[in-house]
Amino acid sequence: MAEITYLEAIREGLVEEMVRDTNVFCLGEDIGAYGGAFKVTDGLLAKYGESRVIDTPISEAAIVGAAAGAAHMGMRPVCEMQFIDFISCAYDMLTNYVATARYRAFLPCPIVVRGPSGGYVRGGPFHSQNPEAAFLHTPGLKIVYPSTASDAYGLLKAAIRDDDPVLYFEHKYLYRRIKEELPNGDHVVPIGKARLAREGRDLSIITYAATVWKALEAAEQLEKEDGLSVDVLDLRSLLPMDDEAIMATVKKTNRVMIVHEDTRTGGVAGEVTARITERAFAWLDAPILRVTAADVPLPYSPPLEDFVLPQTSDIVTVARQLAAY
Amino acid sequence: MVPSKGAASKSAAKRPRVAPPTAAAETPLPPDKLRELYYWMRLTRTLEERLVALYRQTKVVGGLFRSLGQEADSVGSAFALERRDVLSPLIRNLGSMLVKGATPLEILRQYMAKGDSPTRGRELNIHFGDRERGFIGQISPLGDMLPVMAGVTLSFKMRGEDRVGLVYVGDGATSTGAFHEGINFAAVQRCPLVVVVENNGYAYSTPTHKQTAAKQFVDKALGYGVPGEQADGNDVLAVYAATRRAVDRARRGEGVTLLEFMTYRRKGHAEHDNQSYVPRGEIERWERENDPLTRFTDRLTSEFGVDNAALEAIDDRVRAEVDAATDEAEKSPPPEALDALVGVYADPATAETLWYREGESAAVEQHERAEGWGTYSAGASTTPKED
Repeated sequence: MAEITYLEAIREGLVEEMVRDTNVFCLGEDIGAYGGAFKVTDGLLAKYGESRVIDTPISEAAIVGAAAGAAHMGMRPVCEMQFIDFISCAYDMLTNYVATARYRAFLPCPIVVRGPSGGYVRGGPFHSQNPEAAFLHTPGLKIVYPSTASDAYGLLKAAIRDDDPVLYFEHKYLYRRIKEELPNGDHVVPIGKARLAREGRDLSIITYAATVWKALEAAEQLEKEDGLSVDVLDLRSLLPMDDEAIMATVKKTNRVMIVHEDTRTGGVAGEVTARITERAFAWLDAPILRVTAADVPLPYSPPLEDFVLPQTSDIVTVARQLAAY
Repeated sequence: MVPSKGAASKSAAKRPRVAPPTAAAETPLPPDKLRELYYWMRLTRTLEERLVALYRQTKVVGGLFRSLGQEADSVGSAFALERRDVLSPLIRNLGSMLVKGATPLEILRQYMAKGDSPTRGRELNIHFGDRERGFIGQISPLGDMLPVMAGVTLSFKMRGEDRVGLVYVGDGATSTGAFHEGINFAAVQRCPLVVVVENNGYAYSTPTHKQTAAKQFVDKALGYGVPGEQADGNDVLAVYAATRRAVDRARRGEGVTLLEFMTYRRKGHAEHDNQSYVPRGEIERWERENDPLTRFTDRLTSEFGVDNAALEAIDDRVRAEVDAATDEAEKSPPPEALDALVGVYADPATAETLWYREGESAAVEQHERAEGWGTYSAGASTTPKED
């Protein structure tokens, strides 16, 4: 198999699932004739027609709500948020309706809500968000956020086949920058399992999405310049979270930092930190440190955006502090 | 069909809450169907009266929501659906759920928060559903069921199934974004969906003229490009006929219809609500002049030749059924606390037990009951006249 991009991997996964299961259909804004704002669904309308590739009005609540209703009846809808920033327009539907359906009403709600997420693209405050933390504390939802093309492909398949609602965040910075040869066969990446992206002994970086690549870059530099051996754990799934893999890396290196692109306060890093202190406090040789975005809306202009978002150099700086503690 | 013109005065605030005239000659239902309509309306009212008694005995755990005076619009509309069709009720559609097969026993267990209630004690009042019997449980944020029912009926269309959906919203829910998004989406997709706006005059304490500047809700149909029809919500046959027309239209593939049923909420938002905001005499006037059960009883006896004895026999049957269901429901056990962790996801099937609760089967010895919200308190009671 030839190399394909992260974006093509998502499309490939989607197409294969639509072929495999006729209950799978897509709905979203401009996903049909136009193929989606980033062309993830390009070509799908021609293949599957208007009944399975539905161009909707600008109505995120209706997209998610209608997906839920169809899912109750046995369908497997895949909703696209044109930008994931707009998922907050469907927050009520996701948290009050979708997430509670199985528990309160025994109604299965196997929907996927996917969309382009994240910054480093000069998108400004409404085209760069990472809203995962807003949904992390909603029981009933699952959240995945792949960093590689094969995980993008395998996690989408797992999300579509999952019997519960899955928020599938895809990083738009990675869409066309990451290229990879996909594994052969029906490659399904289980939800809830982290991936060890790099093996090391001296300290651990726990991260996900675009900052996985920054962490790997930093690890390379730390190895060369400081002789430090860094474990990089790519969470991939945020809900459920792979506690086993987290504790394993903590117990191996005893020094942990958490890196994410989302803002700091109330972010995923806080949750990971709490889990580690509850379960593996005795294994820590240093305080857990965070590298995150500053607590500001994401600005547009390159000097501003770059100052707010975590950079490879930040990871290196903090890793050196951690190693020296 | 164009949106009908109702009788609306220039001042919205002073608009009389009278129903528009009913189309004179509706196709009459056969006598057994007429008696059945009466049965469902009577069952709704008697069951709610029983719930009031249980509420005052503090056996109902949460709030109690009445549909007194609105039984005709629930029963008449649900009666226009086939078994295979699906509806989504609101808090005042007990009658619709009964028609769709919900049982008094389920309702009573649900209100009493029993372990064998339809939601195993997870949800309150009539918030439950059953896909087999064709009703989908509502949630509290109003208007949300409209997008959901758009999706339910979209699935019927996609699969070529001969099924129709019906969703109830109140006058208040029409102000939500979900209402707008849902009906617009369904209209564009030509989903086989009937949208019923029950205009009962109040959303909690807010009168209709503070909810919308529109003269009547049926006018909104025009904006969505769908047919609209207004009917007398307290005339069960008018409700049935209007719904039937909308259902037939949906079944023919002609998409969404917006129905507005004019009715009146004679009790408060819930049992604790003392209705201090209602103009003096308004409730009494509706009770005296426009009670849906009285009106239907009069028509049954005068127009359709049903004798009083037949109706009394139905009343007796209803009472016996509600008595038996009450006895049964009272015997039901409370839920097992550990069941609280089951079924958030298909996988994992059970949520993690917090470590300090390991081995525990209850969190506290005594389960406190809120005094101020939900349970009956004499000081905040509704007007006593009709109990």
